Amino acid sequence: MALRINFHQRLDDLKERLLVMAGMAEQAIQRSIEAYTTRDLSICELVFRSEPAINKLEREIDQMALDLLAMEQPMAIDLRFILSVIRINADLERVGDQAVNIAVRVREMGAFANIDLPVDIPRLASLAAAMVRKALQAFIEADAELARSVLMLDDQVDDMNNSAFYSLSSLIKERPELTPQSLNALIIARNLERVGDHATNIAEDVIFWVRGFDVRHNSRPAEAVTDSL
Amino acid sequence: MGVDILVESLNAWYGTTHTLQDINLRIPANHATALIGPSGCGKSTFVRCLNRMHETNPDARATGMVRMGEIDIYKDASPVEIRRRVGMVFQRPNPFPTMSIYDNVISGLKLNGFRNRRILDETVERSLKQAALWEEVKDDLKKKSGASLSGGQQQRLCIARAVAVDPEVLLMDEPASALDPVSTSKIEDLIFHLKAQYTIVIVTHNMQQAARVAENTGFFLSGKMVEFDSTHKIFTNPRDKRTEDYITGRFG
Repeated sequence: MALRINFHQRLDDLKERLLVMAGMAEQAIQRSIEAYTTRDLSICELVFRSEPAINKLEREIDQMALDLLAMEQPMAIDLRFILSVIRINADLERVGDQAVNIAVRVREMGAFANIDLPVDIPRLASLAAAMVRKALQAFIEADAELARSVLMLDDQVDDMNNSAFYSLSSLIKERPELTPQSLNALIIARNLERVGDHATNIAEDVIFWVRGFDVRHNSRPAEAVTDSL
Repeated sequence: MGVDILVESLNAWYGTTHTLQDINLRIPANHATALIGPSGCGKSTFVRCLNRMHETNPDARATGMVRMGEIDIYKDASPVEIRRRVGMVFQRPNPFPTMSIYDNVISGLKLNGFRNRRILDETVERSLKQAALWEEVKDDLKKKSGASLSGGQQQRLCIARAVAVDPEVLLMDEPASALDPVSTSKIEDLIFHLKAQYTIVIVTHNMQQAARVAENTGFFLSGKMVEFDSTHKIFTNPRDKRTEDYITGRFG
């Protein structure tokens, strides 16, 4: 006989709200990249305007999770789910912040000539966005295997960010007049690298929820997906 | 001091109903071990096998081994001897209603022939202090009956009565389920302190209570022990799907 139907319905509601939050954060990051590639400042405005809604939803989700912890005394997979939601919620809000940071840089870059910089921001952005998308897909499907594949991508994003640092530093030395554009691009690369980190955190939380293993800081990643429940 | 309890191939029947099926576990000394599971799963029968109360029912029988410390309780000792080593506290407080508080505490000792007044006085004070009841009743020990106390006090009186005979093991069958939250907290605090001296086995339907008081937890279902592990493991990441379904309320 199924029990605690109301509680499980509230868990479903919590998941649904987090997915709304995820959609908003993902859209914000995509828009900020579109603003970069097109240098369209009106898209930057859309990113700025979406931030208060993301922040509001973050508080709402935290409150829902807090209520469930206080009122339902969840156990085992339900407890892990709620803890994961709280952490993923914070990471999604930070992804939204990174989108705003990128949009701010794009707006700054608008004051300067649009030159060809030695950094492939769209590729870095596409990789970071793919990590977020995969991590959220893993959350939707409770798929620890898929979540683990996200962890593998983080090194690529880090490498691209590092190479952006070296190529843009060299450019600044060689052509100091391009320092403002180079610095802005450098910061955007750094913002995208942080988006990848948040996606990694989300994937780790999915593994914790589904498998019950804490894989943060490279602890037990292999076992986390091979051990059965 | 408490002793380890080793259970091997324990089976129990009521008539033709096989209520416990091949139970194997080791309950460590001086720890609290919680047993959880739906009604009728066999956890109370299991506890009753640990002090040979199960066999008091004419239809009931049990096979297998239960070793407490060095003693095989079904081979090396009589039921009377076992019940001196194993105290039990039940769901409903059951003090002897016409006896004074004092006489309730020493009833077990008197049954065993103790008459020395000084030892009896000392035992009453020690036991009531262990049960965290001394301060509340010390002036009324012989004036008030056990039945005149509140439900929570009665249950602590029953714990005092159980520890008065200096057992090695304390069995508690839902000891706080009939009590209010304040009395429940007192009983839980007591369990925490008592396990320094006794091995405690507690049957409970309150999973938060199991999580609060016990280091280890066993989950029973349909006469079998599905899972036995640290309480932390059972309540955060149990190995067996049936355990998880039960503690998360997905069946009951």
